[in-house]
Amino acid sequence: MVFPRQKLLAQKREAAEARLAPLALPAGGKWITTAREDAKARLSAMGLPVRRDEYWKYTDPASLVQAEAPAAALFDDSDESEVFDTLDPLKIVFVDGVFDPEASDDLAMEGVEIALLSEAAKADLHWARDLYGALEADGQSPVERPLAIFNTAFAAEGVLIRATGQAARKISLIYRRRDAGADVLLHHVVKVEAGAEVTVLEHGPAGARFNQVMEVDVADGATLHHVRAQGRDHERRTAAHLFARMGERSVFKSFTLTANGAMVRNEAVIWLNGKGGVAHIAGATVGEGAFHHDDTVFITHAAPDCESRQVFKKVLRHGAVGVFQGKILVKQPAQLTDGYQISQALLLDENAQFLAKPELEIYADDVKCSHGSTSGEIDPVSLFYLRARGIPEDQAKLLLVLAFLAEALDEIEDPDLADDLRPRIETWLRRRSG
Amino acid sequence: MAALDNATEVREGVDRETVETVRSMSGTYKHGWETDIEMEFAPKGLNEDIVRLISEKNDEPEWMTEWRLEAYRRWLTMESPDWAMLDIPPIDYQEQYYYAKPKSMVEKPKSLDEVDPKLLETYEKLGIPLREQMVLAGVEGAEVADERKVAVDAVFDSVSLGTTFKDELAKAGVIFCSISEAVREHPELVKRYLGSVVPQGDNYFAALNSAVFSDGSFVYVPAGVRCPMELSTYFRINAENTGQFERTLIIAEKGAYVSYLEGCTAPKRDTHQLHAAVVEIVVLEDAEVKYSTVQNWYPGDEEGRGGIYNFVTKRADCREDRAKVMWTQVETGSAVTWKYPSCILRGDDTQGEFYSIAITNNHQQADTGTKMIHLGKNSKSRIVSKGISAGFAQNTYRGLVTMHPKALNSRNYTQCDSLLIGDRCGAHTVPYIEVKNASSRVEHEATTSKVDDDQLFYCRSRGMDEEEAVALVVNGFCREVLQALPMEFAMEAQALVAISLEGSVG
Repeated sequence: MVFPRQKLLAQKREAAEARLAPLALPAGGKWITTAREDAKARLSAMGLPVRRDEYWKYTDPASLVQAEAPAAALFDDSDESEVFDTLDPLKIVFVDGVFDPEASDDLAMEGVEIALLSEAAKADLHWARDLYGALEADGQSPVERPLAIFNTAFAAEGVLIRATGQAARKISLIYRRRDAGADVLLHHVVKVEAGAEVTVLEHGPAGARFNQVMEVDVADGATLHHVRAQGRDHERRTAAHLFARMGERSVFKSFTLTANGAMVRNEAVIWLNGKGGVAHIAGATVGEGAFHHDDTVFITHAAPDCESRQVFKKVLRHGAVGVFQGKILVKQPAQLTDGYQISQALLLDENAQFLAKPELEIYADDVKCSHGSTSGEIDPVSLFYLRARGIPEDQAKLLLVLAFLAEALDEIEDPDLADDLRPRIETWLRRRSG
Repeated sequence: MAALDNATEVREGVDRETVETVRSMSGTYKHGWETDIEMEFAPKGLNEDIVRLISEKNDEPEWMTEWRLEAYRRWLTMESPDWAMLDIPPIDYQEQYYYAKPKSMVEKPKSLDEVDPKLLETYEKLGIPLREQMVLAGVEGAEVADERKVAVDAVFDSVSLGTTFKDELAKAGVIFCSISEAVREHPELVKRYLGSVVPQGDNYFAALNSAVFSDGSFVYVPAGVRCPMELSTYFRINAENTGQFERTLIIAEKGAYVSYLEGCTAPKRDTHQLHAAVVEIVVLEDAEVKYSTVQNWYPGDEEGRGGIYNFVTKRADCREDRAKVMWTQVETGSAVTWKYPSCILRGDDTQGEFYSIAITNNHQQADTGTKMIHLGKNSKSRIVSKGISAGFAQNTYRGLVTMHPKALNSRNYTQCDSLLIGDRCGAHTVPYIEVKNASSRVEHEATTSKVDDDQLFYCRSRGMDEEEAVALVVNGFCREVLQALPMEFAMEAQALVAISLEGSVG
């Protein structure tokens, strides 16, 4: 008799074979070809994700997995200025996943070495060799992330950033769309050497479907700030994976703002491997209608004295679905861990849904770990308080929604970045209200 | 640890209960002895003939036999669940006995007076009163207990020995008997409700139980009746290599109330023993059921040898408006615990509560929690779970709270706290939260920490040794749940909390 579990694996492998059959690995030098072939083999063995996978319990992977990217109407966002533009970052622009040298700045900058994956892949050796696909592979256990393996095998473009000192400017990766059906794969590697510091920004929708992997190595005493705004397109689909390995006393802070999108799955996998590391990961989400947003986070404390924070806030209405799967794993040597996790949803009408699985797995005894998760509508008492002070209902609700999202935005360390995002959220919400 | 004799003065600021608890810590697993008695076994292994044989032994009607066989066939197509955080070597289901009955029970005794004295002694030794003039041993002498009666159904391996206070309960209209008796005497009730909360194919272990359950308790409380006493079932596994598969069915009609207690122990053995139970509770309009468990199956020794594998499916269906159910469990025994007492809050304004203490020490593993399924409007649920892990043990809270789109204005509050004692154990929390409407409010909080050094220091500086101090702190940690237990169980549970942690410090 074939039992359900064997049958499921067989189905997943068949799906992977069918998906891989017509695809050829991008051409490249030795180092990247090795990584891509390895990934392809790993994917064949693992299979593609299906709804019955526990890790996809709340999100249907079908539209992220199928061969053709579902078309997504282009969205005109010319009503607002370019995100992060006032901060004068070094811009690297991709249009439908293709590097646009005209729109991009010169990649040379003090303290940072920047290369395009398509260029670096031509060589037989590159510093990124030790990281490309390696952190992603580490991130396949204990939970499988086959979409990231697919990316390692087939991404032909991306940015390789190596910070050796204090970066002179922030680096902004800008994703633009022209083709309503573009299926985009980008694979970035960020290496922050000991004591170095850099800020990487991302914004824009990238493609009708966007599969992104960012592998991050933050060495001892290094700092990486990461802030992204995932665009406003309603119909786009995104599967983003962030893998971060952290050294002693390193700092990594990542914030994601998501508005709209038919399907967004943002996974983050972080290892605190050195003593005294600090990892903060936060997200603010505003969605309505056919909107499915999934934050899946896995933080491993493998060394003592580390701190991790997860702060996720979602405002949902008109049938929007918010998902949060967050896990803190504290290994036995990770004594004196401070782990905190909060996931909250504000449901603005009866059709919205919030599905959460906040997990703790702890093998060290001298730890302080907590998680909280709440879901509910706007607090009627707070609303009454504001109304009693003469604030119209729409305005009062807007204020309360902004206050709710503020806790996640406060996780952005650089106030200039937070100040760039805050008024945008307010404008979007104002336009939708009523 | 220092032995505390009865003369030990109760120190100022320390309440008597705690001292009592610490006093009883002197023994380890107290119920590990076995009763030497001749048993009748069904042949080893599991197949359709065994299922038929169990049915035949219980004098069951044809429909019941068919029901079991259907479950067995379902079971054959199922896989043992692997999602729990439990490390269990594969179980050979053909190496077990599925039916064991004391020889003296082959001719069913007419009353408890005719039961083999050896069997009665077993229960006496366990502190379970099978004579009606007795009350539970744990509360003898306690002031409140004077007037309290507890009716007991005693299940020994595969059979029920008898049930006390039957007549007095019958006067009130309450039916309390073994499930095998209910199948014969009240087939219309059993047929209507059996499997209506936990269907045969619900899960692997429920399917196994549906096929081979041998005995268990049946409770029926008619409309408007408040059950005049606490009902209790005491399960004892005695025979070696024998699985116990009990099935409990409780029905509370409109406006009824019943409080039900369940206790269990088993002898010490080097081999693992299987226990797969199903408890179904049907709660109708305005009715209320309290179900309390003190699970003290043999946990295995310090090296992790032996102990019970405890796979339990417990579910209450609050079928009509304003029905209420409360699960309270103290899980201290078993090598492996896989157990999720759940509430289906189907009616409007229904209420479900779950209070749990799970303690694991040495090599014990527990994966336990609850499901609160909100279907009706204004339904409320509350979960308080305290997990304590020591030695090399792993302790997981796994829970589900789901608010369906129609369950408007519902509320859930969940609090899960874990305490770690020692750096070789693990404590895990795996909650699932599904909110599908906006007017419901769901709050979940979880913390994991170690026994607070300041609290320990405070106790130590007042002259307690380390184990006493830990017991006191742990008791405080568990208080919220212990308070939800009926008096009879609270004391036993409190003592167990301390015993289970013995040897975990220093």
